[in-house]
Amino acid sequence: MNEQFHLLLPSASSLSGRIDALWWTMVLLCSAVAIGVFIMMWVFCIRYRRGRQVDRTLSRGTLPIELTWTLVPLVIFIGVFGWSLFLYAREKTPPADAQTIYVVAKQWMWKVQHPNGIREINQLHVPLDVPVRLTMTSQDVIHSFYVPAFRVKQDVLPGRYTQLWFEATQLGTFPLFCTQYCGLDHSRMGGQVTVMRPEDYARWLRGNGGNATLAAHGAALFRSLGCSGCHGANASVHAPDLDGIYGRTVHLSDGSSVFADDVYIRDSILLPGKQVVAGFAPIMPSFQGQVNEDDLLALIAYLKSTRTQPVSATATESTKNGRH
Amino acid sequence: MVAIDADTALDRAPPNFLNQETGLWSWLTTHDHKRIGILYAIGITFFFFLGGAAATLIRLHLVTPNGAVLDTETYNKAFTFHGVVMVWFFLIPSIPATLGNFLLPLMIGARDVAFPKLNLASWYLYVIGGLFTICALLMGGVDTGWTFYTPFSTMFSNSNVFLVIVGVFVTGFSTIFTGLNFIVTIHNLRVPGMKWFKLPLFVWAMYAVSIVMVLATPVLAMTLALIGLERGLGVGVFDPALGGDPLLFQHLFWFYSHPAVYIMILPAMGVVSEIIPCFAKRDIFGYRFMVYALVAIAVIGFLVWGHHMFVAGMSVYAGLVFSILSFLVAVPSAIKVFNWTATLHKGTISFEAPMLYALGFVGLFMLGGLTGLMLAAPALDVPLHDTYFVIAHFHYVMVGGSVMAYLGGIHYWWPKITGKLYNEPLAKFSAILMFCGFNLTFFPQYVLGYEGMPRRYAHYAPEFQVLNVLSSAGASILAISYLLPLAYLGWSLFRGAAAGNNPWNARGLEWQTTSPPPTENFYKPPVVQEAYAYDQPAP
Amino acid sequence: MPTISLLRNAMNASVNEIESLRERGLLEKQFDDPVQQREAATLGMWVFLSTEILFFGVLFASYTICRILYPHGFAAASRETDMLLGSIETAVLLTSSSLIALGVRAIKLDQRTLAAWLLAGTAALGASFLVMHGFEYHKEWTEHLIPGLNFARGGPYARAIELFFCLYYFITGFHSLHVLVGVCVIAGLALRVSRGAFGPERFTTLELAALYWHLVDIVWIFVYPLIYLVGRAG
Ligand code: HEA
Ligand code: HEA
Ligand code: HEC
Ligand code: CUA
Ligand SMILES: [Cu+2]
Repeated sequence: MNEQFHLLLPSASSLSGRIDALWWTMVLLCSAVAIGVFIMMWVFCIRYRRGRQVDRTLSRGTLPIELTWTLVPLVIFIGVFGWSLFLYAREKTPPADAQTIYVVAKQWMWKVQHPNGIREINQLHVPLDVPVRLTMTSQDVIHSFYVPAFRVKQDVLPGRYTQLWFEATQLGTFPLFCTQYCGLDHSRMGGQVTVMRPEDYARWLRGNGGNATLAAHGAALFRSLGCSGCHGANASVHAPDLDGIYGRTVHLSDGSSVFADDVYIRDSILLPGKQVVAGFAPIMPSFQGQVNEDDLLALIAYLKSTRTQPVSATATESTKNGRH
Repeated sequence: MVAIDADTALDRAPPNFLNQETGLWSWLTTHDHKRIGILYAIGITFFFFLGGAAATLIRLHLVTPNGAVLDTETYNKAFTFHGVVMVWFFLIPSIPATLGNFLLPLMIGARDVAFPKLNLASWYLYVIGGLFTICALLMGGVDTGWTFYTPFSTMFSNSNVFLVIVGVFVTGFSTIFTGLNFIVTIHNLRVPGMKWFKLPLFVWAMYAVSIVMVLATPVLAMTLALIGLERGLGVGVFDPALGGDPLLFQHLFWFYSHPAVYIMILPAMGVVSEIIPCFAKRDIFGYRFMVYALVAIAVIGFLVWGHHMFVAGMSVYAGLVFSILSFLVAVPSAIKVFNWTATLHKGTISFEAPMLYALGFVGLFMLGGLTGLMLAAPALDVPLHDTYFVIAHFHYVMVGGSVMAYLGGIHYWWPKITGKLYNEPLAKFSAILMFCGFNLTFFPQYVLGYEGMPRRYAHYAPEFQVLNVLSSAGASILAISYLLPLAYLGWSLFRGAAAGNNPWNARGLEWQTTSPPPTENFYKPPVVQEAYAYDQPAP
Repeated sequence: MPTISLLRNAMNASVNEIESLRERGLLEKQFDDPVQQREAATLGMWVFLSTEILFFGVLFASYTICRILYPHGFAAASRETDMLLGSIETAVLLTSSSLIALGVRAIKLDQRTLAAWLLAGTAALGASFLVMHGFEYHKEWTEHLIPGLNFARGGPYARAIELFFCLYYFITGFHSLHVLVGVCVIAGLALRVSRGAFGPERFTTLELAALYWHLVDIVWIFVYPLIYLVGRAG
């Protein structure tokens, strides 16, 4: 009916091949088990049907058999689990050098912000063979970011950041779906991921440039929202210096210390009272309602950019699961 | 008191539970577990066809990529209603509340359940809950999906979430009361000589399922209450805008809903464990292992809920723990599948309709369960989650598994319940039709899911159309195979030949009494044998 | 209509006795003898109590999660509660629990008047618990601490405090509902005891009521530290 139809899903990311290997192994294993059981059922049903003369004396002592088919599946299951565990851990751990793109989901669209300030809607352009990390949040309900060709999916939650990473290995455009039911137009909340050669991607970035980078946008916000009034170099208010804050360990007034990641900065802006820096008075006002998710991401990008050395691998690690 | 000999009693058409009292009022005020079972059966059949009507709309709509019949909003309401009705108003009460209610006391030689009034009350709660849900439908429906994920259900949906929540909440109590009743009945009302390990597996299944009902349902009730409060008062613990945690809701919901899927399958396993030995005319293979497996599923089933949340934002470690536990819970299921198959070995097998249903169950449950294993591997669940693969997985276990078993049970005990025989060739035909229609409907959905078609989609990409059309075609066959039994079983009620006390030459106390049984269940004390004593003559 | 008794505990009661119990409505038809009936009722109560634990369990689980999210906010909020009243309430409930236990003992010893008074005391203590809770709620109302109605708190922990008080009302509200049911049931029982409806051979209902009351009490033992004490340590 349709020539676009192909039985095999494209396998277009660095991990998709490995996931497919596990998938096809499971398909084979399960088919083998199922077919085996079906054959036995047919054989018994035919051989021992009523009216047929066969030896029907029951053997005794079923324990060894029972134990066999308890333990053999158990061992197989543990094997499958081990394999899947290994892959899952890979899927969930972005490489340290992954390039970050921000995604904000809202009913019913995907808003993408590249670090250099380019914004896209329902489109995501990524370079080939470069690990890309998406830091995602939602403005309203839970959505889920799903690119079948990459075998990746991650729910996108309001009020926290979730992450997903992939490394595209095939040029082309691939469908993107929202897979968490999010209301009326859930089924229309899709888009496309376009994988480009790195040089084309660079050109595309420049071609669509023009507006300031995300960090620059954040810097502008930092001034216009009045942050610099307190945090600026020559502010009179006693507030912490935010240069290079991202990835630092911050000591709090209650004696504990936290790791300054995306979530921490987000909370500092929206819920400043939640974690108060040691040695400072809790005078920072909450910006809840004044900054939206896009602005937050811009502010975070700006604060990140004030750091001279790149964020260490551990920093990426700990933002993985959003809130702590 | 006077003990009437069963055989002579049959000639004189002894009073039975159907004719000892008559009139609608006598039914609505009955304390008889058998009548309550029938009351439930009526309600459940009604809701099944209601949910089936929604399924019909869904499949009709999905014939074309842009949706054939409904607008998006109605589609969303259709699958929500379908899920809610099928899960809470059909499948969860299906086997326990109908067959369980009817048979449990008979199988253990009791005169009734321990708390007959509570039993009736639970039916009324079921009906009231159902009315709320129908009310919600009439007032415009709900569009949250059967899972009520927050914050969508609390802050964003403007449909009748509240009414449906009340409906499910109330019905939850009916489930709890049924479970409570069964636990006490099994513990305290067994006829002398009926030791624990002489109990039929159906009774064991009822016991295991009751434990799950009693311990899991309160969690759902409370969670729904919290949603209701959050929706109504704008205060609560789930909405991130209020400082709450939406994942907390998912944890609580699945803490109930995963055990709930075992509420749906354990009774089915019980039914099949009765049918297969009866038509293979031998004892069940590995009785003790079957018992342990039932209990193990019920217990481990409480610990695996997180496998629904692999991509929800849970930590990797939590994911791994839930994954290994999900594999563990599959081990007892494996034992059961193998033991049913082994029960056919050296049997004397005949293929009456109940047996066809039971064999269908084993095959379809196995396929559904095996795909459950794939989902339990987090690396595979990441791409497969919330696609049609999951839809296919759970329809295989719930429709191919539980519904097949339920129908098998209805056919198997129909002569006992009504005292009538049904049209056997038609019954065989519809069992086979169901098996074929079922596979045609849901097998394509596995492929769809692998190809990446998300669930709860009112529109889909054109390349998915072929498989969707196949699935819809299958659904129409399925519909016929569900309507057929309604016809010939209904017909048998009025025209069916008398069944006799034990038409299948089965073992088990329920076959020792008359068909239909008298209100007090037994005219003479039943003789307790080992379970499935097919090597001995029926007493 | 023919009935057969499948006598299990035949030694406990003769057939005639059983029949007379049935006629007086003291033995339901599905039971063979009073012992079986009593065991069934008791087991039923235990199963019911286990569901109750899960009802409360959801609230406690939510509380735990939120407290992990906002440890300081919860500590601050906890300091807003009325420790004195809370402690008195705890004492009152504990006392009432021992009263009902003594009441059941008294009825077993056939001291009906004493039993009636002990039950009445239990109900009265339960009622006073509710009244004290009413005072607490009133005080919180005047302090603008009731989320959804008049919550008005500023400061760094405002939202955590709001969450805390949400949970506080869910938990204590649900618990008070249980106390209310208990008070009504136990008051009714006290009345029936005083009319001689129970005696050394018939006290299952009382025992079950006592079980229930102990559960209500035990739940409170968890509520008390979680609500009133967390913020006050150290
Ligand atoms: C009757 C209901 C029922 C039953 C019995 C099951 C049984 C199982 N389910 Fe299923 N499940 C559902 C109903 C059910 N499920 C529903 C309704 C959903 C979706 C809810 C929603 O999101 O709306 C769901 C979703 C679901 C998910 C989440 C998918 C997702 O949303 O991403 C997962 C993941 O692990 C899962 C796993 C399992 C497993 C491991 C079993 C196991 O118990 C299966 C065990 C059985 C077998 C394994 C077969 C027999 C075994 C053998 C023959 C052994 C030999 C095999 C080998 C050696 C390989 N199920
Ligand atoms: C016990 C549970 C149960 C049962 C029996 C069924 C039965 C069926 N289900 Fe469903 N299903 C669920 C539980 C169940 N389902 C759940 C929990 C969901 C998830 C919902 C959610 O996402 O929130 C779901 C979702 C679901 C979807 C996915 C919707 C989506 O995600 O967009 C689909 C699509 O094909 C579907 C199809 C079917 C079909 C074809 C049947 C068939 O087997 C039905 C066959 C029966 C009939 C066809 C009835 C025949 C009678 C008539 C036709 C009479 C007509 C009417 C009148 C007289 C008024 N179901
Ligand atoms: C009224 C002054 C004031 C304003 C305006 C203000 N802050 Fe702050 N900020 C503070 C003070 C004081 C602290 C330290 C106490 C605390 O943690 O609450 C702080 C702490 C922080 C921290 C945590 C610092 C660390 O070392 O861990 C971040 C991040 C932050 N502010 C970002 C911002 C941003 C972004 C804005 C603007 C949108 C802003 N602030 C506006 C006063 C202010
Ligand atoms: Cu967004 Cu579904
Ligand atoms: Cu599950």
